[in-house]
Amino acid sequence: MRLINLNAGRFSPLLKILPFVILGLVYWIAADARHALNPEDKLLPTFEALGEAIKTMVLVPDELTEEPILYTDTVASLTRIAKGLGIATAIGLVLGILQGTLPLFRSLFSPFSAAVSLIPPIAVLPILLVLFGMEESAKIALIAIGVAPFLVRDTQQRSMELSEELLIKVQTLGASTWQIILRVVLPHVMPRLLDALRLSLGAAWLFLITAEAIASSEGLGYRIFLMRRYMEMDVILPYVAWITLLAFLMDWALAVIIRKAFPWYRKEK
Amino acid sequence: MSYLQIRNVWKTYEENVILEKLNFTIEKGEFCTLIGPSGCGKSTFLRMLLGQDTPSRGTILLEGEPLSNEPGSDRGVVFQKYTLFPHLRALENVMLGLEMEHSAFLGKTFGSTRRRIKAEAMEMLSSVGLEQSARKYPSELSGGMQQRLSIAQALVKKPKILLLDEPFGALDPGSRSDMQELVKGLWKQYGLTAFMVTHDVKEAFELGTRLLVFDKVRNDPQSPNAFGATIVNDIKLDKNKRKNKGEEHVKNNETTIATERPL
Repeated sequence: MRLINLNAGRFSPLLKILPFVILGLVYWIAADARHALNPEDKLLPTFEALGEAIKTMVLVPDELTEEPILYTDTVASLTRIAKGLGIATAIGLVLGILQGTLPLFRSLFSPFSAAVSLIPPIAVLPILLVLFGMEESAKIALIAIGVAPFLVRDTQQRSMELSEELLIKVQTLGASTWQIILRVVLPHVMPRLLDALRLSLGAAWLFLITAEAIASSEGLGYRIFLMRRYMEMDVILPYVAWITLLAFLMDWALAVIIRKAFPWYRKEK
Repeated sequence: MSYLQIRNVWKTYEENVILEKLNFTIEKGEFCTLIGPSGCGKSTFLRMLLGQDTPSRGTILLEGEPLSNEPGSDRGVVFQKYTLFPHLRALENVMLGLEMEHSAFLGKTFGSTRRRIKAEAMEMLSSVGLEQSARKYPSELSGGMQQRLSIAQALVKKPKILLLDEPFGALDPGSRSDMQELVKGLWKQYGLTAFMVTHDVKEAFELGTRLLVFDKVRNDPQSPNAFGATIVNDIKLDKNKRKNKGEEHVKNNETTIATERPL
């Protein structure tokens, strides 16, 4: 049988977890080997050491905040990323729809937003730090600035893909520009914007961790860069796994929202 | 005064003449079918009626008033391509036009207005035979059903003229003849004034009360776009003599074209 016709069938779930299991095994063997040579090894902590560190960061309250550090860091980071993405989404929705729907607005703004989208966001970070210093706004602004241009341009494209016939048709139904935007363009764009947002999650986390590493006093990114100084791999590794899990959960939640709120969207294709 | 007057209408794109010297009038309740070879300007003419395109010369008057130069609710349209709103269920697709009329800001109605609109839309939906599919999304309907829905959507606004651009072109022969029956019925029921572009000569004779044949009268082989198409044959089909399809040509003296060609 050809390989392209071969399906995993009921072994599919098994295949899905296999790479994770292998990664765990490889880590275990490597950590074991290193500890056999040097019991003080800090590079690859054993599972026991990782478990201890996780227990500390999840259960033991920090002296300063009286909350476990994982909790403080997670809340701080999630708040920033949510605010940053919220602002970016709002900008993407409004500017994207206006540029995609109104030719006058597109002539005015499209080249400008194309130019703005080429500015490397990290290059803007020093400016933001000068302006906002250690304040939350610097980190939120970096995420918004990093993600918004992509969302604007994607939403513009999505608005423009509405067929000419459909736009003519809705005009023959007596719709005004505002009604067309509200009842035709907006429903068309919303699930697609959320899809674009899913694609921007990676970038958003990148900007968040960068900003936190440079100017912050708490947050997931701040913590891993702080721990790097002491080579505390038993904290860094669980943090990286935790960040990955959070990113995955956000992506999954968006997918669920799209499916539940726009049941017609997947059928359309 | 005639319902729709086409006065010396020309359409040119730069050097290319698409349509020339269109001069005719249409009475209320007529069903005009437009046929002719591909690229002879039938669809361009329909686009001008729709307001999607403006004549380069001449005027089109609807009830004595010049047509507005953008699409509006006085002219309904059904395209070959299904133009339904994928995020609305069948009933909501029909309700949309009425809802936007009643709510300028939200384009959505509530309470008793909504109930009344819903009832009206439902009635329209059943007159195209879709009452069973009211709650389905367009993507769940077959091609023929989507086109029925498209017609219901246009008719619920009670347009002064209905424009059909090869509406059955994408349908299989079975649903095609169903749709022809349906359109014929709706035309009678609502007293529509309609224009339909088609490639099917039989369909043109069967459905129309008037058949407009578009073609080029003059042709310059050195510059094929120097002359545009016009109406070469304007046939009034006597409704009572439909059985003698195409034999009962009535020459229309309003047509100013000198050359008459046999079909």
